[in-house]
Amino acid sequence: MISALRLCGQFVVIVALFAAVAAFADWPIYRQTPRGTGIVTLSFVHGADRRADCRRLTPEEIAKLPPNMRRVQDCPRGRRPIYIELDVGDQISYRASLPPTGIAGDGPSRVYQRFVLPAGQYDVVVRMRDTARTEGFDYEREERIALRPDQMIVIDFRSEPPGFVIQ
Amino acid sequence: MIAPIRAIIRRGFEWIERPFERLFGPALNPLAQLGALGFFFFWIVAVSGVYLFIFFDTGIERAYESVERISTIYWYHAGVMRSFHRYASDLLVVMVVVHLLREFAYDHYRGVRWFSWLTGLPIIWLLYGSGITGYWLVWDKLAHFVAITTSELLDWLPIFGEPIARNFISTGTLTSRFFTLMVFMHVAVPLFLLFIMWVHILRISRPKVNPPRMLAALSLVALLGVALWKPALSQEHADLTKAPVEVGLDWFYLPLYPFTNSWGRGAVWAFLGTFSLMIGLMPWLPPLRRAKAAEVDLAHCNGCARCAEDCPYEAIRMVPRTDGMPFPTQAQVNPSLCVTCGICVGACPSSTPFRRSMELRTGIDLPDFQLQLLRERVVAAATPLQESPRVLTLACEHGGGTRYTVGTITLPCVAMAPPSLTDFILSRNLADGVVVAGCAESACYHRLGVTWTKQRFNRTRDPYLRSRVPRERTAMIWTSALETRRFEQEIANFRNRVAALPAMAARHSAPATIAVSATTDRQVQPGEKVDP
Repeated sequence: MISALRLCGQFVVIVALFAAVAAFADWPIYRQTPRGTGIVTLSFVHGADRRADCRRLTPEEIAKLPPNMRRVQDCPRGRRPIYIELDVGDQISYRASLPPTGIAGDGPSRVYQRFVLPAGQYDVVVRMRDTARTEGFDYEREERIALRPDQMIVIDFRSEPPGFVIQ
Repeated sequence: MIAPIRAIIRRGFEWIERPFERLFGPALNPLAQLGALGFFFFWIVAVSGVYLFIFFDTGIERAYESVERISTIYWYHAGVMRSFHRYASDLLVVMVVVHLLREFAYDHYRGVRWFSWLTGLPIIWLLYGSGITGYWLVWDKLAHFVAITTSELLDWLPIFGEPIARNFISTGTLTSRFFTLMVFMHVAVPLFLLFIMWVHILRISRPKVNPPRMLAALSLVALLGVALWKPALSQEHADLTKAPVEVGLDWFYLPLYPFTNSWGRGAVWAFLGTFSLMIGLMPWLPPLRRAKAAEVDLAHCNGCARCAEDCPYEAIRMVPRTDGMPFPTQAQVNPSLCVTCGICVGACPSSTPFRRSMELRTGIDLPDFQLQLLRERVVAAATPLQESPRVLTLACEHGGGTRYTVGTITLPCVAMAPPSLTDFILSRNLADGVVVAGCAESACYHRLGVTWTKQRFNRTRDPYLRSRVPRERTAMIWTSALETRRFEQEIANFRNRVAALPAMAARHSAPATIAVSATTDRQVQPGEKVDP
């Protein structure tokens, strides 16, 4: 009798422990952004122009190179940084110079930024400079968006055809 | 700084563990079976995972639908298995965390135990890797949240050329091939986890990888009950156009995910890095000071292998004889694994205080605490005992008996005392009763000291306590270092019992000196009887 009661006690303790674990397996609910907000994500991967144009080597320069490495042109691998601007109404004003990736700096630039905004209508302006120019922008897009609660709007850049995509 | 933290956590464990021990008994106490229960839950996860894989489809749409079918149409078998898979995974995390805390609290991570402690670190990482890839496969809202947050965390590291998180924020970027990759990950990572779990216990003698059957049965039935009461279900289907802002989080596997928002990804990585570094360095903060390792005296070793059998740390192995004696093997101690617990001394048949040699020698001994010194301390502790009944206590330095100073001889482990020492004390009339006071039964500092001592006294393990020893004059008290009150109560009860016994007729008078006769030291011969 005592051993049966003891067994019951052991079972109750184990069940209680397991039930507590099961309860915490999906509770309490976690909310990562405040209610009534949505997320605008700026994310793209894009390679800017090379830092410099290819240059034709002189015959003397070619002669100096080892015979198995002789080439006509010298094309620097490194890419320029990309300059990006994003304005979402008066809520966000994001400016960044995105360096190229890779050890040699010859990879594409990348960006992944999330902005949590109250739901509502916004004028989105996104601009990018990926060439040697210092004034103006190579790509620009303006659009009015309606951000719903919990919605995620992504601002991407597609290379074919080149331009920003808001979806 | 670490010692006070350790003491606080240990006190917490003591507070929880003793009621558990009373309810479950030392053999079934779940807190003494954490590693074994961890293995048990791992196997439940593995078997249920294989079963679920039969019903699982890889694909953006098919993954979610197939999991939904598991929980709705096939709820009575596959659905139950899903709950087993889910909750056993969570329980595995609980076992790992509590096991880590307990080993820390009881100082089971320094010295030679560094290896098991350090190999526990990749287990934690792989366990979380297994769980996180599993949540991904369901492809519900939680999977979407896990996918984005995990990939954002990984993207913070300068490893990937293109942000992985881009795959989970808009439609059209994710292909079904991705789920095939995740299934591979969810199988490969746990397999590697199992391999590291094996490495984790490599240096442990007689590791407990299976819980007692009754505990396993109770756990299985309880798991079934919980699976029926609260089946593991999916959340909404992942929708890449919507942010997974509100999710039912698994707080065992994903407790740090909310902090990626509040602290930032760099801070979460810094926390993980610091935690891993701390865990990795802890065995040497500060290092455990060890006495000299046990030494074999070949002149007294007949290669019986009892020391190697009883060593909890695999520090002794039997090697071919090197001294020309007619025994096939001899014991060899690996000093880097020896913790000087002295259990080997208690196991050696040569370790008998009755031996009448000039210098008491045994087959294996601790250089800093030789058997001869132990015998001298026993006699020295017995000499001032006046109050009847005279009780001598052989106390483990990690148990509750160490604070009891009257007639107490402290040992690294009670299993260091050969059973013949108890016989010696009583037959030489050094005391009216002998108490063996070790650690709490389910928390033996040297893992096997309590078990071996009980088996030797119960005559189920060599060397036996001789049948001529009056059992009513011996007692075993198993208490933790914090249970001094219970220890004192039990020793008082024992004194009362011994006081009620008739006066003991000593077979031999108490020795005036320890080296009672000056015979020359000699080698043990096969089958030699060393009792008087």
